Amino acid sequence: MFRYIVRRLLWMIPVLFFISVITFSLAHAVPGGPFDREKALPAEIIANLNKYYGLDQPVWKQYVKYMSDILLRFDFGPVYSSRSRRVNDIFRDHLPISAQLGVLAMLIALGIGIPLGILAALKQNSFWDYLGMAVAIFGVSVPGIVLGPLLILIFALTLKWFPVAGWGTPAKMVLPSIALGMRESAIIARLTRASMLQVIREDYIRTARAKGLTERAVMIRHALKNAFIPVATILGPMFAVLVTGTFVIEQIFAIPGMGKYFITSITNRDYPVVMGTILLYAVFLVIANLAVDITYAFLDPRIRYT
Amino acid sequence: MGTLLQVKGLKTQFFTQDGVVNAVNGIDFDLNEGETLGIVGESGCGKSVSVLSLMRLIPSPPGRIVGGEAWFQGRDLLKMSEEEIRSVRGNKIAMIFQDPMTSLNPVLTINQQVSEALELHLGMDKRQARKRTIELLEMVRIPDAANRVDDYPHQFSGGMRQRVMIAMGLSCNPQLLIADEPTTALDVTIQAQIIDLVKQLKKEIGMAVIWITHDLGVVAGLADRVNVMYAGYIVESADVKDMYADPRHPYTLGLLGSIPRLDAERKAKLTPIEGLPPDLIDMPPGCPFAPRCRYAIDRCLEENPKLETVARRHSVACWVDVTGGKR
Repeated sequence: MFRYIVRRLLWMIPVLFFISVITFSLAHAVPGGPFDREKALPAEIIANLNKYYGLDQPVWKQYVKYMSDILLRFDFGPVYSSRSRRVNDIFRDHLPISAQLGVLAMLIALGIGIPLGILAALKQNSFWDYLGMAVAIFGVSVPGIVLGPLLILIFALTLKWFPVAGWGTPAKMVLPSIALGMRESAIIARLTRASMLQVIREDYIRTARAKGLTERAVMIRHALKNAFIPVATILGPMFAVLVTGTFVIEQIFAIPGMGKYFITSITNRDYPVVMGTILLYAVFLVIANLAVDITYAFLDPRIRYT
Repeated sequence: MGTLLQVKGLKTQFFTQDGVVNAVNGIDFDLNEGETLGIVGESGCGKSVSVLSLMRLIPSPPGRIVGGEAWFQGRDLLKMSEEEIRSVRGNKIAMIFQDPMTSLNPVLTINQQVSEALELHLGMDKRQARKRTIELLEMVRIPDAANRVDDYPHQFSGGMRQRVMIAMGLSCNPQLLIADEPTTALDVTIQAQIIDLVKQLKKEIGMAVIWITHDLGVVAGLADRVNVMYAGYIVESADVKDMYADPRHPYTLGLLGSIPRLDAERKAKLTPIEGLPPDLIDMPPGCPFAPRCRYAIDRCLEENPKLETVARRHSVACWVDVTGGKR
């Protein structure tokens, strides 16, 4: 198991290398540059800026410089749109906030999704099932851009239970975490239900009932662990998406997270920020998937890693 | 020998979108203590559903036991509360299933799965249950039981898993073991081992057995009595010797005629039963076997015969006397 984890972590190196090459070349292949404005700057100024940031060099040289800065000094480069800040500053200031929001949303997603899915499966075709699945369909089909303002309207403006926007105090964290976690909880609930329904038709569940176990023991001891295996699969990518920042929710609730840099850096051709955010997301994704694979081994003894 | 189980008019239906499936249509049978009853019939004839009904393990919805009684040690299994039937399941009546590959939980160890019935019904603690589990595994001849008790099902072969299932079934010394086609999924040599094992254990423990199969050869070597089922009815019931020596129902005759015999002429062809069983949703009014029956008379298509005694401990549901294969 330990050797497997080490091997998987070593595999991250080629994976991240390819991602960096592809992202770097794609970003530079897109027409336009970081200093294009509606009112064009004088050509000399652009030339000077390009020279200052090394953008006049061939792309492969820029790539080598970029990578060696990361590897040798852990420096992810400058931010073209701001002279005083570097990509490392963005990570330091905004990543913890996005991660906080992401983890809270994930907890809400799991806390609502799994019980709802189990309940719906156990009471299949009953009131609880229909209610649970109605909530789930609502959650999947209402996007954050609608749900966020809706929550603000109801719980902040009308009921005045929570602040409208911002970040930093627990009260401010509630609405955005719900807005972000709702959709994921719906996905988890639907998958949990489907998975449970499949598992409780298995022969070994009938065997467990034939032993005289209570329905509760049958479900908790015999069904849950099996039913959780497919659910675990989707949690890895879901976690990576949530903790690296989400543009819409962070904008709606005026949260100073990473989300907006994903979008604005691309439209601004802010190459180091594009690279930084994508590599960060890739690292989270690879690690989250590794965590999921390790979880499999605990859930299912047939899965063993060597 | 007293009567252990008395089933009267058991009727189970499945309420599906296509209509009501008449899976078991009012069957009666008795089982004495320590007796082995074979239930034979083709797929979908209601063998499994009838015993699952006794255990109250019919998936509901869509299934429902719509009538009948099943007296076991003075109590009606079908009228028991959920809690009462649970105290019988796995304790007084145990059941083993067809496919040992899927009937054990893949994520729990053998010890966890065998122990839980011991802890539940016999009140053992974990240590006692584990010790007893090892004894049980030794009893069903699993080699090196003490070291294999913490293995998972996937580390066992099919035959070994069925032994584990049997150990699990016998763990609380049941008065009745129901085996639902326990050897169908195993290859022939393993089948023989499992059958021998059950015979020996039966001698040691003295429980009654209901053995469901579509293999008439298995029944001949194992059972004291045989019920032949067709389309949810028992069509013939007899002691095992009489069933083979003197079959009285055309369906039983048909089944026996479709078995290959070692002592038959080499070129002799098997005689299959032509046609298919009736649609259990839309049952014909007469005898369900009549459309496939060589001996059918007009009455067979109009009126369904009841199971009636034709000889000592031998009853048949047929309007025609087909003794010895003659009309």
